[in-house]
Amino acid sequence: MATTTPQRLRTVNRLHPHLRRQARLLPVLPAVLLLLVFLAGPVLWAFHASFTNAALTGRNARSPGWVGLENYQRLITDPVLPLSLVLTVVFVGGSAILGQNLLGLALALLMKRARRPVAAVVGTAVVAAWVLPEIVAAFAAYAYFSRDGTLNQILGGLGFGQPDWLYSFPMVAIMLANIWRGTAFSMLVYRAALDDVPGEVTEAALMDGASGWQRLAYVTIPMIRSSIATNLMLITLQTLAVFTLIWVMTAGGPANASTTLPVLAYQEAFKFGDIGYGTAVASVLILIGLVFGAAYVRLLRGSKG
Amino acid sequence: MRRRVFEITALIAATALMLTACSPAAPQDEAKTLKVVYQKTDSFSALDNLFQAAKQEFEAANQGVTVALEPIQANDDDYGTKLALALRSPSTAPDVFYEDTFKVRSDVDAGYLLKLDSHLEGWTDWDTFDEGAKAAGLADDGGTYAVPLGTDTRAIWYNKKVLTAAGVSVPWEPRSWQEILDTARKIKASDPSVVPFNMYAGKATGEGTVMQSFYELLYGTGSELYDADAKKWVVGSQGFTDSLAFLKTLYDEQLAVSPAEALDANVWKKVFGEWLPQGKMAATVEGSYTPSFWQKGGSYEWPGYAEDMGVAAFPTQNGQAPGGVSMSGGWTLAVGAGTKEPDLAFGFLATALNRKNSLAFNIASSQIAVRKDVAADSGYQAANPFVKDVSELVAVTHYRPATADYPRISAAVQEATEAVITGAKSPEQAAADYDTAVKGIVGDAKTAAK
Repeated sequence: MATTTPQRLRTVNRLHPHLRRQARLLPVLPAVLLLLVFLAGPVLWAFHASFTNAALTGRNARSPGWVGLENYQRLITDPVLPLSLVLTVVFVGGSAILGQNLLGLALALLMKRARRPVAAVVGTAVVAAWVLPEIVAAFAAYAYFSRDGTLNQILGGLGFGQPDWLYSFPMVAIMLANIWRGTAFSMLVYRAALDDVPGEVTEAALMDGASGWQRLAYVTIPMIRSSIATNLMLITLQTLAVFTLIWVMTAGGPANASTTLPVLAYQEAFKFGDIGYGTAVASVLILIGLVFGAAYVRLLRGSKG
Repeated sequence: MRRRVFEITALIAATALMLTACSPAAPQDEAKTLKVVYQKTDSFSALDNLFQAAKQEFEAANQGVTVALEPIQANDDDYGTKLALALRSPSTAPDVFYEDTFKVRSDVDAGYLLKLDSHLEGWTDWDTFDEGAKAAGLADDGGTYAVPLGTDTRAIWYNKKVLTAAGVSVPWEPRSWQEILDTARKIKASDPSVVPFNMYAGKATGEGTVMQSFYELLYGTGSELYDADAKKWVVGSQGFTDSLAFLKTLYDEQLAVSPAEALDANVWKKVFGEWLPQGKMAATVEGSYTPSFWQKGGSYEWPGYAEDMGVAAFPTQNGQAPGGVSMSGGWTLAVGAGTKEPDLAFGFLATALNRKNSLAFNIASSQIAVRKDVAADSGYQAANPFVKDVSELVAVTHYRPATADYPRISAAVQEATEAVITGAKSPEQAAADYDTAVKGIVGDAKTAAK
């Protein structure tokens, strides 16, 4: 902090302590308002809409009515929902929590040891996928995995079979694409975290005869635990919301084999015009996000204690 | 230091908020503007040309009026969604828009469309519209809410060269489903690299799957989707299962494209752009608008199409009367219910659909004319060699039930076809699941077992 207090703050300081605290909150107010309007607003609207029969067209578009829990009752009996839930969990667990997270950590550890030019090249290559707008990345992934795509040309060149990835293994293709696209974020978070681990601690462990794995497990990981929790929370929420990638690559098909919750919500709300039901699906998605968020917040608290 | 950053951020946010609050001062006293929304894609620009021409003509005739054309780049499904979203709010609703015939009723129910009866009374051109076609814009209250641009039918389009090479004599006129299978198997045996007989299936091709494939089968069995008299959806019909079984046979015996290709939303581009012109496909079921892709200026120009291609009616299951099946849809122009300038909006609609513009559009997009004066025009009749054949199919055509539930039912049908061609379900099982889905959508009371 600078040694001279700016004029404005001094004026504030002259106020009653209670008022002073409130005056300091004043500049934050617009930001809070923005959050309320653009974040909490739509969330609340979605919750409200999920209790109505609002629709894009037909009589219900003119005068949507309150239907209570009807949409949720329908949701429970919808045969696509269990599949969709499983796919969402597999997608988030496989491509974010395992894929992006572990690969990001591994890359960060490797880059710390690698020589500078190597680290720069690897870093650029990984970040490139992250910099692409989602729609561009989605088309690139589609081109890569499609029947006559790059992957199959490589496989063919090596003498392997050429499966139709998007048709036979849609979830595998989508998860690989999401790992490719999102790993850079985890890698950057972990690089920053690893830089904060004091060299002396690692050296001390080395002196005590700890092997590489032991140092990682007992020194490095515990020390970057809060970064791990933060990273897991962010990539989980990001991956839960992934829509464009899946929509462009498979549109949820074939036969719903890649219909995660966002895809299902979109189909119901906009393809079939059933906004009430679509927002009910979206509300389930929000709840799942909240559960994950709460779990990570606990993890974060634990790491500080 | 951290607090300083925080304060600066908050100030920026506050400024942004204030700017948003006071920026758009809408020009209200300026010249009147009509907002026109329609569909445009890389392979469908005929409509764009129509509106460009109508805009010039209308602006010249109405000083001080600006026509703002807002084409939406999307396929049929996405166009419908985007249009419905725009119509939901008065601030985004267009004055004049391009509307699918099967959405007219549900959009009237939603209060999106302006009743045009009083305007139509004073429009002499209205008398030249075909009586049957006028029904496209009719709502449940008996009022007319939309004016058709043209209509279409569906038929079998086949490549004569491929058929002849396989020893099939042309013109080919299959009389039953069995005859289609026999011919397709013959072509397959003669040249395994050729796709003998394609019919769309699965959700990726959307309405194409039902309009250019499944309904030709279903309505040829004597069954139907919806009993219009009883106002009930048909479930448990043998015709439904038979139709699915036919698709299964086509795909299982590799007489159609591979299931993976069928589930690519762009498969129709390959049908028009590659497989038929290159002689890699013998036949497909497609709409009367097919020549528009191959004509001069079309997206897949093919000068030889008129000689190489032939057209045949899709047969009924066992050749029973009336001998052929076709499906019709088509698009209309409608005026937004919330328009501030209903007279001008209708005026623009009338300009876009006058004789000259209708003729040009019907020719460019290979539509079946709904204006009698256009239908009688020698230019229209000479537009492509298939006009007569596909127009005759109007006699055996069917229309989709345009209820608000329809899009969801259609999706359930598409899902059934997808389950069958991917081998996920047997035709019986897929039909049973369809019945369950329909009952879930409309309720038991609105279904009838046949």
